[in-house]
Amino acid sequence: MKNTLVNLVHISKSFDGQLILDDLNLYIRENEFLTLLGPSGCGKTTTLRILGGFEKPDKGQVIFQGQDITNVPPNKRNLNTVFQKYALFSHMDVAENIAFGLKIKNKTKSYIDDKIKYALKLVNLDGYEHRSPDSLSGGQQQRIAIARAIVNEPKLLLLDEPLGALDLKLRQDMQYELIRLKNELGITFIYVTHDQEEALTMSDTIVVMNQGYIQQIGSPERIYNEPENAFVADFIGDSNILGATMIRDHLVEILGYRFSCVDEGFGEHKPVDVVIRPEDVELVEPSLGTLQGKVTHLIFKGVHYEMEVTAGGFEWLVHSTKMYEVGSQVGIRVDPFNIQIMNKPASEDEEAVGVNE
Amino acid sequence: MNRKLLSAPFVFWSALFILVPLGMVFYYGLTDRTGAFTLGNIAAIATPEHSKALWEALKLSIASTVICLLLAYPLAMILCNMSTSRESFIVLIFVLPMWMNFLLRTLAWQTLLEKTGVINSILQALHLPSLNIINTPAAIILGMVYNFLPFMVLPIYNVLVKIDPNVINAARDLGANSLQTFVKITLPLSIPGVISGITMVFVPALTTFVISKILGGSKILLIGNVIEQEFTQTGNWHLGSGLSIVLMLFIIFNMVISAVTDRDMETGK
Amino acid sequence: MLRITARRIYIGLIFLFLYAPIVTLIVLSFNASRTRAKWGGFTLKWYIELFGNAVIMQALWNTLSIALLSALAATLIGTITCIAMQKMKRRNRTILMGITNIPMLNAEIVTGISLMLLFISLGVRFGFLTILLAHITFNIPYVILSVMPRVRQLNPHTYEAALDLGATHMQAFFKVIFPDILPGVLSGFLMAFTMSLDDFIITHFTKGPGIDTLSTKIYTEVKKGIKPEMYALSAIIFVSVLLLLFLVNHTPRSRKKTD
Repeated sequence: MKNTLVNLVHISKSFDGQLILDDLNLYIRENEFLTLLGPSGCGKTTTLRILGGFEKPDKGQVIFQGQDITNVPPNKRNLNTVFQKYALFSHMDVAENIAFGLKIKNKTKSYIDDKIKYALKLVNLDGYEHRSPDSLSGGQQQRIAIARAIVNEPKLLLLDEPLGALDLKLRQDMQYELIRLKNELGITFIYVTHDQEEALTMSDTIVVMNQGYIQQIGSPERIYNEPENAFVADFIGDSNILGATMIRDHLVEILGYRFSCVDEGFGEHKPVDVVIRPEDVELVEPSLGTLQGKVTHLIFKGVHYEMEVTAGGFEWLVHSTKMYEVGSQVGIRVDPFNIQIMNKPASEDEEAVGVNE
Repeated sequence: MNRKLLSAPFVFWSALFILVPLGMVFYYGLTDRTGAFTLGNIAAIATPEHSKALWEALKLSIASTVICLLLAYPLAMILCNMSTSRESFIVLIFVLPMWMNFLLRTLAWQTLLEKTGVINSILQALHLPSLNIINTPAAIILGMVYNFLPFMVLPIYNVLVKIDPNVINAARDLGANSLQTFVKITLPLSIPGVISGITMVFVPALTTFVISKILGGSKILLIGNVIEQEFTQTGNWHLGSGLSIVLMLFIIFNMVISAVTDRDMETGK
Repeated sequence: MLRITARRIYIGLIFLFLYAPIVTLIVLSFNASRTRAKWGGFTLKWYIELFGNAVIMQALWNTLSIALLSALAATLIGTITCIAMQKMKRRNRTILMGITNIPMLNAEIVTGISLMLLFISLGVRFGFLTILLAHITFNIPYVILSVMPRVRQLNPHTYEAALDLGATHMQAFFKVIFPDILPGVLSGFLMAFTMSLDDFIITHFTKGPGIDTLSTKIYTEVKKGIKPEMYALSAIIFVSVLLLLFLVNHTPRSRKKTD
């Protein structure tokens, strides 16, 4: 187990009387690529700004390498930030931008020059020293912003939706670039995004947030395959979320039909939520299915067909490489392993209760 | 319908009421009463009386521009940091006072500054030494600063407010303290606003004849007063135009500087 | 906390500096003594006499009508110019913007005398018309500078969308473009009105002997001593504008808009 680098302890923060973070607890291990994922307004950016020192929490502490840095100003923290929309200094050229932090720390000229060369090479922009930031493309500006941050050798790099302003293709390229950079530098990344695909691609650990609460912490596989509540299931990827009753261990009743599953410990005749990923819904001959229905929509998506099947009064979303014409009768089957059972929130408020790993 | 045709009224208007009149100033300035070409009206700036007035105007306008800058910059920064009601604030400092006539406002300073005026009465009551600046250059500078301060605040505020707060955060994040952040980031980024503020204050201060007349007690003649007299009293339009051309040289010099910095900004983008 | 206090004090001092003369004028308008130098007790006399003073009332009428007419004309010309400029070639637009900037950057005294020379050589009789023409001239740039940013922000496709949906060019303009630039047009109009109202220098050079605006009237009175009615009038104007601003800022509708 690696050492803990950062610990956020009981952090609360509100703006204009509106609670943004409520008693947030989170630790980040050394060398981890951790992503804060959630819809806008979920508190992920605020969490990052508290780490960076641009906001002070109303309550709670930020522990960095064992020291309380809650009240340390941003310029005294051994971490750096890559800002949304880059925030490059437009009155300086690329080299001056990168040298900024090093000059502040009174590093020697030769040291700074070496670092600029090294950083530009690292982000594949050698020879761009004397270009103006405004003459660069979005992707290039993004790389300079990263270079500017990492030359200071921070223990921790904070990235605030760094790829948000780039187009899809460039964004995908930069995702690989970021993973490569992280591995080469061997430092900890905390990454904020609302893009679930980005989070799944890059992270070691994903923290799903909503309305100021942590919904689930886990590896991308775990978050995707075993969402702990309906919010996480809905936010990560497409899914069929249904109300159901847990009859007993290994048996759940969905829409009045009984499915065997692998979950246990939910009690008997307990209402639960069930999530089934669209690619896990198998369409078979009507007679072979657990329940029967009719295909109502069909779209070709490239790698697979997306279909909607009305069965048991529910619109099932199905991804399959096998195509069934609209109007055809099908049976629905789900492998017990692919049925994910989740506790129902006891009330509307509890929908966003913090869940610990 | 061609949309470009809509510009015809303004093209016509600006030719007739902006360009032709300026041409006439040059025509009058470069001719004598017989209509013969002469540089005499421009050379007249060298006479002791005129050069003193120009020098006096330069001194006072530079002083008031510097004071305006020193007062306006912090004010613009405070304005930027205000989360709400910025706009009504700008109206309060910039637009509203204009509804009280400019001459009356300047006259009011006479009342405030007089030997037995409001300020001295207050100073006396507090047993402080009295302030005797009425009819001195200091009073004229005060009048200039008072009248033109908003012209400095607004351009500086306009550039400051456009600076991405994350740029400031980035400097802090990279280790700069507040002072370093100001010197290395905020100040250089705000230079275009400062330059345009300087232009907006310097030109009217250099050319005023009203403020000097009201607060200088007609003892101090600025170049503006000389030109005004040539037109309304002496009636020598040729000399007045010649001196105006000299004045415009300073204005053009000022405009060139602001145009150059403007272009730098454009290409910088 | 200390910082916030320092800021408040600074703003307070600037306000004191900007508003001390205004307060002084308002106080003087209630001064029973005819001279500015001494306080002769409270009176409303000047407010009553003001309305009987035909000279001041005529100057007020001139000032307001020139301000209104010149602001309207400048708004019309300035707005259509902005719309035309958007379609222009870059070079032509730059030249036109440069010309627009001349009255703003040039000294008022030079603008004043240049117009004076123009009117003399055209043989126009100095009076209401010459003042009005001069005011329109220096007001147009304010309108253009306030409308231009709005025109630039326009999404070019909204106009096309309106045409696509069957609107004529005129309809598309008045139903789609105009509402978008309206705030800029209004603030340009107000700016022009205010500038015209406060102008002295250019009026000074373009007015004839028989006509006065408030500014030029005050200027001729500077030596003889200002009539206290003038303070009363200024106080009335200032306070009404202040009230108007207060009302505009506190109506619920505009509140929502600023949010």
